[in-house]
Amino acid sequence: MGQVVAKQLRKLFGDVTAVNGVDLDVRDGECMVFLGPSGCGKTTILRMIAGLEKPTSGEILIGNQVVNDMPPRARGIAMVFQGYGLYPHLKVRDNIAFPLRTQRTPGDVIERKVAWAAGLLGITRLLDRKPRQLSGGEQQRVALARALVREPTVFLLDEPLSNLDAKLRTSARNELKEFQRGIGTTTIYVTHDQVEAMGLGDRIAVLEHGRLRQVGTPSEIYEEPADTFVAAFLGAPPMNLLERDGRIEGFRPENFLHRDLQQKGIEPARYAFKVQRIEYLGNERVLYGYIDGQTNGAEYTARLSSHVAEPVLREGETYPFTVHPKDLRYFDKASGKRLPNARR
Amino acid sequence: MESVLAPPRQRRFRFFLDEADALGPLLLGPAILYILLLVAAPFFLALYYSVSAYNLGTLSFSFVGLQNFVAVTKSEIFRTTLLNTFVFTIGSNLLALVLGKITALLLLREFPGRTVVRCLLILPWAVPVALAAITWRWMLDSMYSVVNWMLVHAHIVPASVWPNWLGEERLAMISIIVVQAWRLFPFSAIIFLAGLTSVPKAVIDATYIDGAGYWRRTFQIVLPMILPIMMVAMLFGLVFTFTDMSVVYLLTKGGPTNSTQVLGSLAFQVGILSGDVGRGAAISLYLFPFLLLATFFLLRFLRRREI
Repeated sequence: MGQVVAKQLRKLFGDVTAVNGVDLDVRDGECMVFLGPSGCGKTTILRMIAGLEKPTSGEILIGNQVVNDMPPRARGIAMVFQGYGLYPHLKVRDNIAFPLRTQRTPGDVIERKVAWAAGLLGITRLLDRKPRQLSGGEQQRVALARALVREPTVFLLDEPLSNLDAKLRTSARNELKEFQRGIGTTTIYVTHDQVEAMGLGDRIAVLEHGRLRQVGTPSEIYEEPADTFVAAFLGAPPMNLLERDGRIEGFRPENFLHRDLQQKGIEPARYAFKVQRIEYLGNERVLYGYIDGQTNGAEYTARLSSHVAEPVLREGETYPFTVHPKDLRYFDKASGKRLPNARR
Repeated sequence: MESVLAPPRQRRFRFFLDEADALGPLLLGPAILYILLLVAAPFFLALYYSVSAYNLGTLSFSFVGLQNFVAVTKSEIFRTTLLNTFVFTIGSNLLALVLGKITALLLLREFPGRTVVRCLLILPWAVPVALAAITWRWMLDSMYSVVNWMLVHAHIVPASVWPNWLGEERLAMISIIVVQAWRLFPFSAIIFLAGLTSVPKAVIDATYIDGAGYWRRTFQIVLPMILPIMMVAMLFGLVFTFTDMSVVYLLTKGGPTNSTQVLGSLAFQVGILSGDVGRGAAISLYLFPFLLLATFFLLRFLRRREI
């Protein structure tokens, strides 16, 4: 069915390695998000799955079948592009019908399927318009409808929300999530936006420099990062990382608390935190500052919920801060890989 | 206390150039003057000549109505010329279109030295037509033709054939069509290139995903998308060729026996060389109403598509 597997996938553009030996397994029916900074190879992997790029080496399987030598149309996939790639000179109706026409589908079947897809996405009244007469959100729905009529086994979405403004993006994201749940088709979604990734993905694959860093559910990725890259990439502000006892210690800003706020009766890790700047964000405050004994000059952050009554904190002062032992993560100093939480 | 504001009158003058109503006409002025003097004046003069009995012998400006047009239409040579003009214009433009599209597709690919090739491509269009025509005349010369030499040595035609490119009626027409297409195709290639690069990559990718083959992709997606820009290029090429005589005049002077005579060259022969200015003007203006109509409909079609 809609299972997608990549085996030792590699792609070179000239001497540039875009994808460097990725092994990946996307389960049937799940929504998998490829997340990473720009240039990490996430779009290239998607395009290789689609058949728009040829892998330099490695294998791609869709539904247990090696598809390396198949053209895009034979792979049973549908794709929604960044910017949608709608045909500007065709009406919405003809845009949606286009993939069916190429398969020489009979006219009455085309009509029925277009009506069905348009109804599902609520764009029936737009069928006789041209794409440029539509808003960004409507264009996205047309692109989805065009993908849907092919009844693919896998949906590939390449940053489909990046052309929308922030407010529309949130609602479009919810729509997408509901849509994906509703049809239950395997979906691979590429984004550089971690909020999108956390909100949409059943699982997230974090990529960097063409390598797969970690695959896991949103909470696994956030709570149990596999290495310092993932730890520092997710979260805003990201995980605090500092060197202590020959290894790297990490903790989330929301777990970095003033001594008086710490849970009683435990033995927390202690830090002297010199507050430089306090940012008031309405529901929370973010404290930026330095930790005594850290010479790397990095800024550390603490996040305090606004409605917590805490001791008065002033910029420029140093305070005793603590972290609950269960919230500490350790990483190898040389490789950056996660170390087990050893008991001391 | 000294006011920072100048007195009203002086101020008005000082900011005169900041007024869009003043600066606009001032900047447009030279262009309008240029069009009036070099385009409009000769055009209306020609219009007047075409309905007068003016010729270099009599210098009489007497009004004769449409007599010149009627007389011209009755002439056998004129009718041949009219047909030639259409064959020449449509033939060379179609050829330029095909060559332009192929060139554009080749230039779209990445290869070392692409920029240099793109610059070189402009040459046929940018080189003075007299210079180009002389080169072509040598290449197509009845005795020294390098084209023939190559055809013979590549065993495409036997040495006994040795085509006389500019000296045989049909070959002469083919020759001027090819040379005119050679002049036109860089322009159409550049227009195509601009059109093709303006098609978003996502649209092209989408055609692959949607399972469209080469023909469907080209004729149902890419060409319709770049149609407006193509139409403009076509319009330019057509009007340019309909009214042009340089290639014909420099290569064949309309010969042999008027087989490559086009309206421009015939008008020049009748009006200037033979001195019958009125009739020459009538010949050159003959197609003007048709071109005007064609242009009007084409531009209207483009406007409709924009909306």
